[in-house]
Amino acid sequence: MFWNQKIETLTPAELSDLQLKRLKKTLESVQNVEFYQKQLKSAGIKPRDIRTLDDVSRLPFTRKQDLRDGYPFGFFAVPLREVVRIHTTSGTTGKPTVVGYTRNDLATWADLIARNMTMVGVTEDDVFQNMVNYGMFTGGLGFHYGAEAIGATVIPSATGNTRRQIEMINDFGVTVIHCTPSYAMHLAEVAEEMDSPLESLRIGLFGAEPWSDSMRTELEKRLGVTAYDSYGLSELFGPGVAFECQEREGLHIWHDCYLVEIIDPVTGEVCGDGERGELVVTPLAKEAMPLLRYRTGDITMLMEDGCICGRAKKIARITGRSDDMLVIRGINVFPSQIEHVLLQIAEVGSQFMVYVDRINHLDEMTIDVEINREYFSGELADLSRIQKKVVKELRDTLELRTTVRLVEPGTLPRFEGKAKRVIDRRNGL
Amino acid sequence: MDTYVIRQVSVFSENRPGRLAAIARALQDEKINILAFSIAEADGFGVVRALVDRPDRAFETLGSLGFNVAFTDVIAVKMRDEPGGLYEIARILGDAQINIEYSYAYSGKEGAVLILRVDDVQSAIQALLESGAGSMESSAFQ
Ligand SMILES: [Zn+2]
Repeated sequence: MFWNQKIETLTPAELSDLQLKRLKKTLESVQNVEFYQKQLKSAGIKPRDIRTLDDVSRLPFTRKQDLRDGYPFGFFAVPLREVVRIHTTSGTTGKPTVVGYTRNDLATWADLIARNMTMVGVTEDDVFQNMVNYGMFTGGLGFHYGAEAIGATVIPSATGNTRRQIEMINDFGVTVIHCTPSYAMHLAEVAEEMDSPLESLRIGLFGAEPWSDSMRTELEKRLGVTAYDSYGLSELFGPGVAFECQEREGLHIWHDCYLVEIIDPVTGEVCGDGERGELVVTPLAKEAMPLLRYRTGDITMLMEDGCICGRAKKIARITGRSDDMLVIRGINVFPSQIEHVLLQIAEVGSQFMVYVDRINHLDEMTIDVEINREYFSGELADLSRIQKKVVKELRDTLELRTTVRLVEPGTLPRFEGKAKRVIDRRNGL
Repeated sequence: MDTYVIRQVSVFSENRPGRLAAIARALQDEKINILAFSIAEADGFGVVRALVDRPDRAFETLGSLGFNVAFTDVIAVKMRDEPGGLYEIARILGDAQINIEYSYAYSGKEGAVLILRVDDVQSAIQALLESGAGSMESSAFQ
């Protein structure tokens, strides 16, 4: 199902024409932002220098810190009287980041959400409970207006009072929910406690934090939904930037609104399709707050294969943050990739520690992983087999030889909050 | 046949100082007697194998201390204390197409005893009994 079939299935030529036209327009509108005037001037770039889409690589990057420095309205390209809404993203330190929307921006955003929801089969016959924060966070109102646009019956339940949420799902016959995957897990637990089967549910839209495929399996089983991954960030409107289609093999990113680059976060060089790197986005349809080459910090890749649904190129599910990336013998490694590999090997636990050393001028990566108590047979040969299996699976994924140490169950550190699993001992060499 | 099957306690252990001592200490505290033991090491980790008088209590004690423990079925054979004693046992099992995965020996009240881990415990016991070499009953230890 399509919300806007024409725009969702443009031919590559039509799409790049549209992208170039919009990129040029974006370049004009950023001239209203002092930060970009200075940046472009010092880079010696004039709007007319951008003749092809490839020329985007000549433009300077925009980082999260730049937006913080512009607090509050430094990145607005239109007068405040044309800004009809403001959201903020909470910063862990200092001031939040402010994002603004014109009337057209809100319409564009709602349209993207409507595309996503229609793509996964939500219609005007659905009852949609939006269980995310409705305040300054973009997730609440973003989904709200998109769901109203397609004509679904919207319940703006926001967060909290899980028992009440469950009552509403049952009493109103809710068919579609949107929340964070961790809240969905909590919802499932409380529903089980209440002995409430949530029979009406059929679709779950989950986003705003990373979640694994095993979590998907569990949520689907416990909530009785088909679960879809939702990706977005406030700097790019909010949720709705990219979304899984019914194939659930990667997320369709809306190329008519977002010019996508995947770059090596260290060198800034562009990665090919199928190569993992940092997602860099130049929004093509933002009026109040246009951005050039925004560094999302999220790690993904452009997928090589097309999709049978007919929409354009997908990105892979987000596998980590660029800040966490390690460069080992010139190869980029993300702790999340290691975690992903370990999760698929039943014989070992999912806790791990990574040590990086430089030995004889070569980077060496050692991974400690716990043996799974249930899989210890008592035989050394079986342990060696498990160790070799982990080494092989890691090599297949990371394309890197690692040393794997099996350690006793329960001996690795457990982390609350942000995990510090990597100890890089190369510093100072 | 089961009367000949002896339960060896196998403990997963990282190769770091003090692990063997911790295991021995825990067993000693419970007054569990270690009749024989061996350590097998690989790359960074190992398995401590112990023949004890009270295997269930040893399993429980070590498990409660967080050790990863498993039982392994082994058999015990009295060795003739003369040249060729070991060869004879190896030959009997070899003729029966049984692989010895590992073995260790100790000298007890009954003389020299060989502990064997084989790939087919039941056939090994049968071969040893039929050959006359004999297989020691587990009650001799546990
Ligand atoms: Zn698709």
